[in-house]
This record gives sequence, C-alpha cells and structure tokens, in this order.
Amino acid sequence: MDKEMVIKADKLTKRFGDFTAVDAVSFDVAKGEIFGFLGANGAGKTTAMRMLCGLSKPTSGEASVAGFDVFRYPEKIKKNIGYMSQKFSLYEDLTIKENIEFYGGIYGLTNKQIKDKGTELIDMLDLQAEANKLVRGLPLGWKQKLAFSVAIIHEPKIVFLDEPTGGVDPANRKQFWELIYETADKGITIFVTTHYLDEAEYCDRVSIMVDGKISALDTPSGLKKTYNAKDMNEVFFQLARNATRSGD
Amino acid sequence: MNPITLQNITKTYEKGKVLAVDDVSFSVNDSEMFGLIGPDGAGKTSIFRILTTLLLPDKGTASVCGKDVVKDYKAIRGMVGYMPGRFSLYQDLSVEENLNFFASLFNTSIKQNYELIKDIYVQLEPFKDRRAGKLSGGMKQKLALCCALIHKPSVLFLDEPTTGVDAVSRFEFWEMLKRLKKQGITILVSTAYMDEVEHCDRIALMQNGKILSMDTPDKIIKSYSEKLFELKGDNKHKLLKDTMTYSDAVGSYASGESIHVSFKKNGKSDADIINGLKGFLESKGYQHIEIVPTVPNIEDCFLSLTKTEIHG
Repeated sequence: MDKEMVIKADKLTKRFGDFTAVDAVSFDVAKGEIFGFLGANGAGKTTAMRMLCGLSKPTSGEASVAGFDVFRYPEKIKKNIGYMSQKFSLYEDLTIKENIEFYGGIYGLTNKQIKDKGTELIDMLDLQAEANKLVRGLPLGWKQKLAFSVAIIHEPKIVFLDEPTGGVDPANRKQFWELIYETADKGITIFVTTHYLDEAEYCDRVSIMVDGKISALDTPSGLKKTYNAKDMNEVFFQLARNATRSGD
Repeated sequence: MNPITLQNITKTYEKGKVLAVDDVSFSVNDSEMFGLIGPDGAGKTSIFRILTTLLLPDKGTASVCGKDVVKDYKAIRGMVGYMPGRFSLYQDLSVEENLNFFASLFNTSIKQNYELIKDIYVQLEPFKDRRAGKLSGGMKQKLALCCALIHKPSVLFLDEPTTGVDAVSRFEFWEMLKRLKKQGITILVSTAYMDEVEHCDRIALMQNGKILSMDTPDKIIKSYSEKLFELKGDNKHKLLKDTMTYSDAVGSYASGESIHVSFKKNGKSDADIINGLKGFLESKGYQHIEIVPTVPNIEDCFLSLTKTEIHG
C-alpha cells in the first residue's frame, strides 16, 4: 500500500516581478515523516513554506497540504496545520495557561477540549507549578517546548517548524528533538528548517534548496553517499557553495 | 598587558532578582580570538555590554586596552569596535551613508582605513546605494562589521554575529575574522553554534551566568570526564528511547547520524561497557547494533558539564 502523502508539491513556483523566488519545486512528504527543509539564506525556503501554509498564492504549479489545494482552500490548510518559529511563538505577557487557552480558541477547540488538552500538556511538560506564571519568565528551552506543544494542540496533520531551536542550549535542543520524534511517531508530519546541520541528520529525509530549486532530496545517509561526504555539513557546502543568490 | 580583563564580574537585573553574570573572571591575550560559547541567557550579552561600557557591573572590575570600564569609559569607546547581536545600524540610510556616518563619529573617513575593510567592503560595494534595511541578512552582517571596523579599533566585540545565518555564510564570516586577527586585532566573539568553536583560539563555555570551562577547544575536549560511545542501529527513534532507559549510562542522545551514550569512568573496560549495552539492547529485540568508542565534540563536553542542571 502506498504511504499517505500529506504534502504534495508539483512544479510549485513563485515569482515576484521578474524574480523567481521558488522555481518549479516538486516533492512529496509522507504522514509521520520528519522532513528537513534546508537551504542557504535567500534560497527560497521561506517563500516555499509560506505557499505551503496557505499564506502566499503560488504563481504556477500545484500543491496540496493536508489534502487541500493551496489555491482553492488556503483557509482549510491553516486549520489543519501547526506553525512554530523562533521569532513568533507565544505571547510573553500572557501566562502559560492563557497562551494555551488563546491558541486552543484560535484553532476552534471547545472549552472542554481546551481544558483537557491544557492539563495534559502542562502535565507532559511538567509545568504544573508554572501554569499561572507569565511566559516571559520561562527559560528559553521550556518556552520552545511549550510553543511546540501549543502549535500541535489541535492535532494538525502537519506542523511547520521554522528554525525552532536557534539559541537553545544543547541539552534542551536534544530534548526538543525527542519531542519531535514522539510527535512524528503519533503520525503528525514534521516539516522543519534549521541552520544546525547536525539536526539535518535527525530527519527522515532532507531537501536542500539552492537558488529557488531543490537541488537534492534524499535520506541523510543517501545524500552523504551521493556526495561522498562524511556528514551533512559537507553535503550542504558542496551544494550551497555554488549558489549565485546572496539575498534573503 | 591583556587587551581584555575581567575580575569577579557580577551583574544582576530586576533589583538583584535575576543573576545574569555570576562572578566571571577571564583575560584575553593580544591578537587572540576568544569565544564565549553558550545558549541564550548564558550571560554573554551582559558581558559584552559591560566591556563596551554600556552597562555597569554590580561587582568586580574589568578593563579594556588597559582602561577601566567604569572610570575610563570614554577612552574605551574610541578604541573598540562593537557589533551588537541585534542589527542596529540606520535602516533608512544607505550602505555608504551608514559607513560615512560611523566614520565621521570617530573623526575618520572610509578612505583613511580602507585597507582594513577592503576585503569585506568590495562585497558590499555593488549595493552601496541600497538602504541598510533592504539588505539581506548576510549583507547586513557584513555592513555591521565594516561599521565596527571603520575607526581601526584594537579590540573587536562581536555578539552572536552568525546567528540565523546559513552554514556557508557563517564559514565565510569566520574566514573574514581570521584575516582581521592576523592584522593584530583582538576579537571577543560569542556564538550559540557549538560547531563554530574550532575557529577560536580559546573558548569559555557558559551557562546561567557562569563559566563552566575555559581553555583551547582541543584541551576542553581532552578533559572530557566520561567515556563516550557511538551507537548505531535500525529504528533510531525507538533505539534512542530504549537506550535512555539503560541505567548504567549517564547520558544518551542523538548526535549526528548516530546516538551518543556516555558512561562514568569507573574502571570498566570499553569491551565490558560495549557488551553490557549490547546485551541490554539485544534483550529488547535489537539485532544489528554497532557500538564503538568515540571522541567527544564540544557539544558532548557542554552536555557533560551541564548534566547536573539538566535533570534538576
């Protein structure tokens, strides 16, 4: 039986004037897969991700996310995905509980669901003592774990993580990845960008974008074999060094 | 004379409630590249702001180029270059206008110190009329470095210059720094990327305001106090989870393509440790297990040094 594909992109393209930010990229991502989305600054990652999240209309090509067409049902996509980035995650001047209630409400959970899910989440992260404290005072590592848990509170099919671990200490970075593994095991697809190339090794498959195109897509071990490299760092250097764009 | 010296520097915020820097002492040598390595909240930025005379320490003394950071703050400001973690040039001035502005603040001109910034500036020159706010991340970083260098400082402070920058651009940035170092500039630089320590002469690993360890990267690796093994096998997620329940190990975590498992040094031979772990995993049904002793990297060292705090 074929695996269920939760992201399908076929020649997906985005142009801004005469600049082609994303140039006919095609790939599929399976249910429960951890998919690493790498590329140099300016390669087109953010633009591609915005199209997949229903935030930006592609110029041409096709894509469906969580079973919905990106052209026709961007609002349905937004309801069926989670999103977390280092820059935008939680409201610092709300308490942990308030953040959970807020996001639960945004995602359309019932009051009962919010209550049950909230308790479950606080227990899982061992934050009982902090539940009524402002997020601002929480250590960064905890903030990120909480932001991730909140991003999947509505049990989306896919969660998009945009550089989720920047600035986090190694121990918390490892714990964050354990949380990602657990989530993937539950069948939620993880779509993640990172500048930490050792984290690329933790992904099931990795794509590397250069100048708007996907120039490599395989498992980490497959990529290392193809490029005769000892680690993902070498693979990335071989590909990204030839980039002609230097933008963002 | 050391260009940078800190003695028992302590800094707190919110009326003493938040301890940002906790009794930190170190010195940086002439023309040395010294790295402060640690996550957000380790205290790196507070140290930078104290040394660049923008923040007063609660306790302790510090000097830069032989001048006291409190008494001689004016003299220090003329001698150092500072690139803050957050982009802080004028977004609505062009590349050239920003440079000219910083040059005139220091009574100099782009021409006068062009040699120092030439390498970097040629990459910016095609965009010299573009507003700084419209530059890409990598270009902003280069412009900020140029502005910090324009008055030919003898000490350069760079607070997380490579955060959020892709691996190739990060590498190029470090190459630029090495060329500056060769010209005799002392550099204090911070980063949260553990793999960047190889570019530094000496590093201080920091967490929660304290220095955990300070030495050359090689020596820090040599002083790793545990025994480290690399584990490979099928079904990595589950393998990691099961390995974490092995009570003889003191740490197990994903590292690159394999799993790192660490043990206390207690006289057990490598072979005994390997057989023990292998037996444990085989009893859980794993078949193709590969375990070999391995050399730690800086991340392993950091994890080992912070272990007591992780599980606290």
